[in-house]
Amino acid sequence: MPGSSVAGMTDAIVVEGLVKRFGATTALDGVDLTVAEGSVLGLLGPNGAGKTTVVRILTTLLAADEGRAEVAGLDVVRDADEVRAAIGLTGQYAAVDEYLTGFENLEMVGRLYRLPKTEARARAGELLERFDLVGAANRPAKTYSGGMRRRLDIAASLINRPRVLFLDEPTTGLDPRSRLAMWEFIAELADGGTTILLTTQYLEEADRLADRMVVIDRGQVIARGTADELKAQVGGERLEFTVTDAAALPTMVEALRPLGVDEPNVDVASRRFSMPVSGGADVLAEALRRLDGATAQIFDIGLRRPDLDDVFLALTGHAAEDVATDDEQPAEPAVSGGVR
Amino acid sequence: MSSLAATLSDSAVITKRNLIKVKRVPDLIVFATLSPIMFVLLFRYVFGGAINLPPGINYAEFLLPGIFAQTVVFGSTVTGASIAEDLQKGLIDRFRSLPMSRAAVLIGRTVADAGLNVISITVMALTGLAVGWRINSSVVEAIGGFLLLLVFAYAISWLMALVGLLVRTPEVVNNASFMVIFPLTFASNAFVPLESFPSVLQTFAEWNPVSTVVQAARELFGNTVPGAPVPEAWPLQHPALYTLLWTAIILAVFVPLSVRTYRRTAAR
Repeated sequence: MPGSSVAGMTDAIVVEGLVKRFGATTALDGVDLTVAEGSVLGLLGPNGAGKTTVVRILTTLLAADEGRAEVAGLDVVRDADEVRAAIGLTGQYAAVDEYLTGFENLEMVGRLYRLPKTEARARAGELLERFDLVGAANRPAKTYSGGMRRRLDIAASLINRPRVLFLDEPTTGLDPRSRLAMWEFIAELADGGTTILLTTQYLEEADRLADRMVVIDRGQVIARGTADELKAQVGGERLEFTVTDAAALPTMVEALRPLGVDEPNVDVASRRFSMPVSGGADVLAEALRRLDGATAQIFDIGLRRPDLDDVFLALTGHAAEDVATDDEQPAEPAVSGGVR
Repeated sequence: MSSLAATLSDSAVITKRNLIKVKRVPDLIVFATLSPIMFVLLFRYVFGGAINLPPGINYAEFLLPGIFAQTVVFGSTVTGASIAEDLQKGLIDRFRSLPMSRAAVLIGRTVADAGLNVISITVMALTGLAVGWRINSSVVEAIGGFLLLLVFAYAISWLMALVGLLVRTPEVVNNASFMVIFPLTFASNAFVPLESFPSVLQTFAEWNPVSTVVQAARELFGNTVPGAPVPEAWPLQHPALYTLLWTAIILAVFVPLSVRTYRRTAAR
C-alpha cells in the first residue's frame, strides 16, 4: 500500500517482503517496514543483522532479490534516478574525499546534484556554518577529526535538501562528545521535517532520536513499535539492589515479597536482589522503610525501568552489541570474485 | 540538461576532483616522473652499450619510444588502484547514491590519469633530449606519435578500471597489474630488437600491441634506421593501424563492461 494514509500521514518509505541473498547467506529474509513522512525510524540490530543491506537497497546501491521498496513515493528499482535525487545518504564510514577541503567536498557534491556553480558554493558555505566547520572549511578533510568528518559527510548528504535521509550508524566510532553533538544535529533535522531512517547498534541512540523502531536480527524483523511499546514487551519496572553480605538476603526477601507483582529473583553469587514491582517511587519508599535497620548493608538500590538493551536481550537472546561472528554480513558480492 | 551534456558536466567535476589530489599530494607526481627518468638513465647507460643495433641509429633514439610506451602503460594502472581506493573508502557508494551520470566517475578517473600521463611523457621527453634522443620528423608526425601513445594508454586505463572494481584492494591491483604489464612491455621491441628473441617469443612480441605502439612511435618520431627492413609480421608493417585497432577493441569491450560493473558495485 504505497503512500497509503494512516491518520492523514503518508509513508515516505514503504518496504514489502524484501529478500536479499549473498551466495548461500540470506541477509534479508522478508523485511517489511514503513516510515511515516516527517518521522524518524530507528532500525536496530546487531552487526550482521541486515541493517546496512536494507539501507543499500533503499538508496539504490543494491538490488533486492525479492520484494519491493518505495522511497518518497518512487520505486527504488524502476525510478532509481528520481529516488537518488530525493534522498541523502550518510554511510557507515565517512565517505568524504580526504584530499579535498571541506568546502570542495560539498561544492563537488552540489555540482553532481547539478546545482549551478554559484548555488553549489552558497549551499556549501551554508552547511559548513550549520555543522560548525567554517574554521576548517579550507583544510583538506584528511586533517579532520572523526567527528568533523562525520559532520562533513552528513552535510554532503543534505546539499540537495533531501526529503528522506538515510543515516547508517551515524555515530559509530565517535567519542561521547561528538556523539552528543551529532545527536543534536540529527534531532534538529528531524524537527525540520526531514524523514529519517537511522540504523544503529546503540539502543540509547534510537531511544533518544527515533519515533518508532524496527528491530531486526538475522535478516528478519523481530519487533517493532515505539520505545515504550518495546519496553512494555519486556515488562515493567523492577526494584533492584545489591547487598554487601549475601547472608542478609533471605530476611530481606521475606520483608519485601509482599511488595512485588511477581516472585523476587535473588542471585546469591553477585549478592543481587531484583523483583518486578509497580507503583513507582512509593514502592521504593516503602521498600526502604521495610528494610529499615538493614540499609547499611545495601548499596545501589533503585527502581530500574527496562531499557532497550533489556528489550534486545529478551527478544534475541543476545545483547545488542554482541558481534555475531557466525553471521557477519558477507562482503557484498554484487561483483563476483571480489577479493578483500 | 541533455544526458550527454550531463555526463560531460559530471565527468568534468570528477576530473577536477582527481586532479586536485595530484596538486595536494605532490609525491605522486614526483614518483610518477622519477621512475621514468631512472629508466631512461639506466637503460641508456647500463644496457646501451650491450645491445646490438643496426648501424645508423643510437640507442637513445631506439630506447625513448620504448620507455614512453612502458611508462604510459604503467601510468594507466594508476586508474585501477585509484578506483579500488575510492571503493574502499566508500566514495563510490556516495557517488552511486547521487543522481549523477553512471559513467562520469570512470570517465573522470581515466581522463585525469591521461592528464598524469601527459606530464610523465613531457618529463621523459625532456630527459631523453638531454641524453641524446632526437625527433627527426615533422611536428605533425611527432604530435601524432605522442597522441598515439596517450590514446593507447587511455584504453588500457579502462581495462584497469574494471580490474580496480573487481579486485577492490589498491595494493592487490598494483601487484596484479605489474604481473601483466611487465611481461607485456618486456616481451616487446621496447628495449631490444626482436631479432634477438627466441622464435615463439618473437612471434608473441610481433603481435603484442606494445610492440606496435613502440614501432609506430619510432616511425612517427623518425627514430628508425632509414632503409632498414621492418620485420615481416603484419602488425609491425602497419603499426599505427594495428595499435588503433587494439585501442578501439579495448575501448569497445571495457568501457561498457566497466560502466556496467560500476553500476552494480558496492563497497565492502
